[in-house]
Amino acid sequence: MSNVAEQVKKIVVEHLGVEAEKVTETASFIDDLGADSLDTVELVMAFEEAFGVEIPDDAAETIQTVGDAVKFIESKAS
Amino acid sequence: MVSPLGCGAEISWQRILEGQSGSRRVENFETDDLQTKIACQIPRGDGTDGTYNPNDWMEPKEQRKVDEFIVYAIAAADQALEDANWKPESDEDKNRSGVLIGSGIGGFQGIADTAILLKEKGPRRVSPFFIPGRLINLASGYVSIRHQLKGPNHSVVTACSTGAHAIGDAARLVALGDADVMVAGGTESPICRLGISGFNACRALSTGFNDEPEKASRPYDKDRDGFVMGEGAGIVVVEDYEHAKARGAKIYAEIVGYGLSGDAYHITAPASDGDGGYRCMEAALKRAGMTLGDVDYINAHGTSTPLGDEIELGAVTRLAGEHAKGLTMSSTKSSVGHLLGAAGAVETIFSVLAIRDGIAPPTINLDNPSVETEIDLVPNKPKKMEINVALSNSFGFGGTNASLIFKKVDA
Repeated sequence: MSNVAEQVKKIVVEHLGVEAEKVTETASFIDDLGADSLDTVELVMAFEEAFGVEIPDDAAETIQTVGDAVKFIESKAS
Repeated sequence: MVSPLGCGAEISWQRILEGQSGSRRVENFETDDLQTKIACQIPRGDGTDGTYNPNDWMEPKEQRKVDEFIVYAIAAADQALEDANWKPESDEDKNRSGVLIGSGIGGFQGIADTAILLKEKGPRRVSPFFIPGRLINLASGYVSIRHQLKGPNHSVVTACSTGAHAIGDAARLVALGDADVMVAGGTESPICRLGISGFNACRALSTGFNDEPEKASRPYDKDRDGFVMGEGAGIVVVEDYEHAKARGAKIYAEIVGYGLSGDAYHITAPASDGDGGYRCMEAALKRAGMTLGDVDYINAHGTSTPLGDEIELGAVTRLAGEHAKGLTMSSTKSSVGHLLGAAGAVETIFSVLAIRDGIAPPTINLDNPSVETEIDLVPNKPKKMEINVALSNSFGFGGTNASLIFKKVDA
């Protein structure tokens, strides 16, 4: 698992209070991890803070799963 | 109830009767530059021995989203509903059960912290939970969702009269048929640097007892110099009498009177002639079909401010007339401090327990009364007496007043 993926997973576990095993690449924040729309806004903010990237609202809407988040952040960082 | 004397109504009451004070030196934030360095803070711990453990009431990840006044309200509402054994399951029961929890200030700490965050990191760092975690009516909102109470979902904001207004208004809603059961009361978490600075600037808080915190709240005593800020929540279940009787609920007392008035005088000072408090008690008595001669015990607003205590005492004395001699009146703020928006609610509970146990709680630290009075202010020791009717006063900034009258059931 990449460094970014590790850190994303840690943030998700912390913010949503879910078990680490559930935070798989395909896990959907809302459908699988019990987040609501406000939780996802907060998650995106936490990603921005942790990785020093800006995630515009239209991009944030496409980030539905753990894998989506990792992919977006890696694309910005590279 | 969550009070500076413990998590739970019975433990708080027991400690009041023992003459304990909840006032302590503030240790959890910097007080060096504050005039007041003391407060009545909730004893935190692992939940044993009357301590309050927020994790017992709300998951840590949820607590991050809200200010403490909401967690206190959830804890107190859970206790009240458990004690009342009311767990609505049918649609009908859910729709006929409502919530009316107020707060004087709401999420002080979170607003202060977020203002700093906004300045330092900009608007994109403001949490989506900032607004729903600070709004005053979200205490009601959270309790409504948690217990599926789908009737009236309401709130009150009337400074230090909030708790009394919430319970009085809830009783009205029940009496008018809007609900059969209302979960009602007040909650407050004002103890932070901003809260103390603000009330210090109003010259409202005690400043002279930083080294003897347990002596600072001393209503009616000649050495009093302001109130001691408290925190916590008081919540009761207000229920239609026939509804409660039919399901065999434990009934503590009946709400027989509720009066409201405005001073129309000054934003923080009470009207010097006590006119607002007088008319408010008068209105509650009229509603109850009583005179002050029918009231055995008064739980005073009595905050320990130089001005307010004597004005309230004067209003009670004038309203009592010839009955003043037989009256018993004490201030439980001497023990728990001033819980602001939760004050009238925790004092409702203390008044009702005074009726149940036949005992008037003491006004602790009342060593030298500042004025002579025929009214028994119950200095320092509780007083065993039959209490059939109790009246509780709450007066708030903005000149807002509320009085509630409780009566022993079948008395």
